[in-house]
Formats: sequence, C-alpha cells, structure tokens
Amino acid sequence: MPLTDSLRDDILAAVPNLRAFAISLSGNADRADDLVQETLLRAIANIDSFQPGSNLPAWLFTILRNLFRSDYRKRRREVEDSDGSYAKTLKSQPSQNVHIEFEEFRAALDKLPQDQREALILVGASGFSYEDAAAICGCAVGTIKSRVNRARSKLSNLLYVEGADDFGPDNTIRAVIGGNG
Amino acid sequence: MKELKSQGSLPNSPGTPGGNSPRDKRPGGLNTEIQARIGHQLRAMYDDVVRQGVPERFAELVRRLDDPNAAKPTEGSD
Repeated sequence: MPLTDSLRDDILAAVPNLRAFAISLSGNADRADDLVQETLLRAIANIDSFQPGSNLPAWLFTILRNLFRSDYRKRRREVEDSDGSYAKTLKSQPSQNVHIEFEEFRAALDKLPQDQREALILVGASGFSYEDAAAICGCAVGTIKSRVNRARSKLSNLLYVEGADDFGPDNTIRAVIGGNG
Repeated sequence: MKELKSQGSLPNSPGTPGGNSPRDKRPGGLNTEIQARIGHQLRAMYDDVVRQGVPERFAELVRRLDDPNAAKPTEGSD
C-alpha cells in the first residue's frame, strides 16, 4: 500500500498507544521510545506488506511486540539481578500512598511471565479483542484467554494476598484440604 | 483420618467462623473487587502514557520518512 498522507496520519494516531504498550512491556521509558522508533521505521520500510483495510494498530503492535521479544532475549541477563530486591523494598512500606501503590503494581507486573504480561496488556489496557491479541502474539485465542486469566490471578496473589511470597497457592490449597499429597 | 463436621445438610450460619469475608483473599480466587482494582491500575498506568500524545520526534519521523514505493517508477498516473 502506498504511503499516503492519510496512512501517515493513521500511523501517527497509533503512536500514543504504541508508547503505552512499549512502556508497559519494558518498564523503561527510554527503551520504550527506542522500540517505538524502530517500529515506525520498520513499518514504513515494509508498508507494502500492510493490507489496506486491515487493522493498522494490530499490525504496528505486532511489529513492536516482535522487536521487544528479540530485544528481551538479548537483555535478559542484565535484568535478572534487579528483580527481587527492588520489590522487597517496596513491600516493607505502607501502601496507603498512591505512588507506592503504583510502584507496587509496576513491580508485580514485571514479575509476570512475558507471555502473560503482554496478553494482559493487549486485552486489559490496549483494548484489543482476544482475536486481535492472538493474531498479534501469533497464538490461539484460547491461549490468550488462559494467559490473561493466569496473569490476573498472579497479580491478585502478588498484590492482595498476605504472605503470598512464602505461602504459594499450591501450599495453601494443600493446607486447606488437609495436607494430602 | 478426616473429621466430618456434623450434618452436611445444614446451611452455613452467617456467623460461621472462617466463613468468607467480603474481601476473600484465597490465592487464585478471582475476587471481583480485586480484579476490578487490577484492571483499574493497569489502565491508569497505560492511559497515563496515552495522554502524553505524540512526541514531536515521532511526528517528524513519520512525516519525513520517504515512501519506499516512491523510489520505483510509477506507472500510468502522473
């Protein structure tokens, strides 16, 4: 499809959502903007492969999501050590304050497995249908549904269940049914 | 050995110790109040970024990048 002015406008209109998706995925504003820039460059370079009339935001999200995943694999080792200690610091503080609550939420979101986090954001925040989210992630609709459910359940445990860190769901269920193995 | 609690046919009285509190904290139990809060927090985080609009650097980038098709000779139209 030729890069008409109206197509340029449509791409630009998706930028705020692409940034929000990138920041939600990566937790880092600078990295998110690098991802968005790379997404825009690739989208325009490959505009021929965009089918007119199909879902432009979903197409752009797919590009960004794939870029993030290949980038994530490279960076995995750098991120590992910043995981546990930060969240622990937050847990020891009172959570009445909105900012702390936001930080806690962010830390919990970062603890989700990547597949679950992206599914939850696409469906719960970006507002894509399960079908579009499945297309973006390259998996079945049922897989997206189960990832979203597991993400919600895990966030609920991390944020609202007392002592979830040392008393996981499996142990709790076992205790409730009487220690049966 | 499991200890059976009296007659199972009796309905739970409201005062039953250990009954569900309004904020059920069972792990994995998708309490609707908690799920609503999670949904709200997720969207608040996301919409905060959406509201920032389009940073100028991206607006400029998208306007200035050449159409990759333009390099090829166009047929027919002028």
